[in-house]
Amino acid sequence: MKNPLLKQMKEGIVTNNPTFVQLLGMCPTLATTTSVINALGMGVAVIAVLTFSNLFISLVRKIIPKEIRIASYIVIISGFVTAVELIIKAFFPAIDASLGIFIPLIVVNCIILARAEAFASKNGPLMSVIDGISTGIGFTLALSLIAFVRELLGTGKVFAASDGTGGVTVLGGWYSPATIFLLPAGAFLTLGFILAAVRKIGDKAEERNHRKEVLAHIDEAFAPADVPELTAEEVENDG
Amino acid sequence: MGNIFLIMFAAILTENFIFSRFLGICPFLGVSNKPSTAFGMGMAVTFVMTVSSAATWAVYHLILEPLHLEYLKTIAFILVIATLVQFIEMFLRKYVPALYGALGIYLPLITTNCAVLGSALLNIQKGYGFGESVVFGFSSALGFTMAILVFAGVRQRIEIANPPRAFRGFPILLIAASLAAMAFAGFSGMSFN
Repeated sequence: MKNPLLKQMKEGIVTNNPTFVQLLGMCPTLATTTSVINALGMGVAVIAVLTFSNLFISLVRKIIPKEIRIASYIVIISGFVTAVELIIKAFFPAIDASLGIFIPLIVVNCIILARAEAFASKNGPLMSVIDGISTGIGFTLALSLIAFVRELLGTGKVFAASDGTGGVTVLGGWYSPATIFLLPAGAFLTLGFILAAVRKIGDKAEERNHRKEVLAHIDEAFAPADVPELTAEEVENDG
Repeated sequence: MGNIFLIMFAAILTENFIFSRFLGICPFLGVSNKPSTAFGMGMAVTFVMTVSSAATWAVYHLILEPLHLEYLKTIAFILVIATLVQFIEMFLRKYVPALYGALGIYLPLITTNCAVLGSALLNIQKGYGFGESVVFGFSSALGFTMAILVFAGVRQRIEIANPPRAFRGFPILLIAASLAAMAFAGFSGMSFN
């Protein structure tokens, strides 16, 4: 992980995952995860907006006066959101129908404003783009995981199209779909359990690292001291 | 009149912003730790959402539509809301300092509350007239306030409970919210159409 670009990627996707670690952007996380396709659609839209807004904000960061920066960021972000909204309306009407007002609501998604304020306003264009892409991918992966669980338990299938057709049947006829997972209650429930699981895994990893560190310290403390071997001459003198 | 009643009923109960539309989850989880703060936030949101429903309706139907600039509605609405929040803050500070003292700290947070922009966009999507828009904004905000208040009560009980380590904090809150959402799902069986 010497490469700063790779380090930044890991930061956005794993260590600082916007959904599971920073708990930002909860509204779309809960609302658009009824199916994996919806979640992917939302994720790709956010990646596009985040990457371009980060790039643009990073380019103009030295021109924007400090006092009105938040307002300027919101205007820049809503410009890109409108562009993405029009593209989705034109080419993916099914996605547009199922995501509804959550596409324009990307404007007020805290993830995008948070990255603009915390990263793009302080870093160069290349790093900002990398940050945008990786944070977006982290968001998309988190959404897809939640959607996978909800769709699987809620319908027994995954990857069904927005209108419910197609998809891969995973759980066969013996499984009676638990519709509650598609309802709002299921969204809160799934996210709650996944967050707990993520935290458990994080705790375990931390514990392991901590143990390794402690063991290393002990090894160091009890390692035989580095005494240089006596040369033949010294032995002779000693004697 | 019957229509207005239906809009209010649906916005408060069957299509509650928090528990069925997922709008305004961030303040819902963020400021629901005490009933008093929850109430303050709820009142501030109600105030802003009612006024912004009227303002965004006017901007859309009187400015954007005649100029055929409907596609600019997202940008226009967020600017209207941000300006409005700023304006309300200045107005309250000058003329109603008591109310400003109570709501002041919540006002800046409301600009990025998706419930406010969400209700503005829903008004347009549903094709509501001016009166209906204002009623929808007001009653949606009432539903939001009710949800956040109910949840603040639940949260005080959770604080003294002892869930497993991994569930402490956010996860157990979401599971509690899930149970509350289940209760609200009961209202969705009530239909007047």
